[in-house]
Amino acid sequence: MPTRVICGKTVQVNDEGFMTNPAEWDREIAVELAKEEGIPELTPAHWKVIDYCRQVGVSSGKAPTLRQITTGSGLSTKELFSLFPKGPAKKVARISGLGKPEGCV
Amino acid sequence: MAEDRKIAFICSKGNLDMAYPALVMGWAALGNGIDVTIFFTFWGLDLINKKRVDHLEISPLGNTSMKMNLMGIPDPIGRLGIPNVVGMLPGMTAFATKLMNDKMKELGVPPVREYLQMLSDAGAKLYACKMSVDMMKLTKDDFIEGVEDIVTAGDFMDMTEGAQIIFI
Repeated sequence: MPTRVICGKTVQVNDEGFMTNPAEWDREIAVELAKEEGIPELTPAHWKVIDYCRQVGVSSGKAPTLRQITTGSGLSTKELFSLFPKGPAKKVARISGLGKPEGCV
Repeated sequence: MAEDRKIAFICSKGNLDMAYPALVMGWAALGNGIDVTIFFTFWGLDLINKKRVDHLEISPLGNTSMKMNLMGIPDPIGRLGIPNVVGMLPGMTAFATKLMNDKMKELGVPPVREYLQMLSDAGAKLYACKMSVDMMKLTKDDFIEGVEDIVTAGDFMDMTEGAQIIFI
């Protein structure tokens, strides 16, 4: 399993750059990963999404799908797509230190 | 992934089962940052017709893949068909439709109207085909919110330049 260093911490990642051990994630890492995804600053609204994904990811072991995020966090589809433009499904999961979401909706 | 990847769907069917492919794939595309355009033509107009979108149906008649087990009847051989003569009985279309809607609900799949709203909110562009609209004597007022315009086949060609096109 490849590893990489983010914010001075060595974490395990897969070939697509998703972290494979959610326990290695922290908020500093999220800020760095968000920059890589083209989001310069994480606002409270971004954190609302990330915190929700962490909560689901840590308890179920899977990243939530977009619809699970909107129904679970109370954010609208429009808000979600404007917070994480151009492909929120993978972006949110990657920033939250989880794998790609499993599920089609 | 190419930054500018585009996908266009042509929805030409109005049956409940044929509504979902473009919705599911379109939603996945948007989630992956791909630009999505959906063109509704012919029977596909039912999916955006305000009066019909909540009443799309599926009939077991002539549908050779719709087996007894989908109707909740135990089928140890797994390929026990529904005779067409049964499928034509009054109420069978409503029954099959209810079963399919229930199964979709179980999976957490939203109804078609809500799905289209999600796609539109996520940036998908929805268009109705002019020729079909004229043939069915419809106007833009007959369509759900989110349908941007009624366009010609030529307009569709212009707006999908460089896109991957999927016909359903």
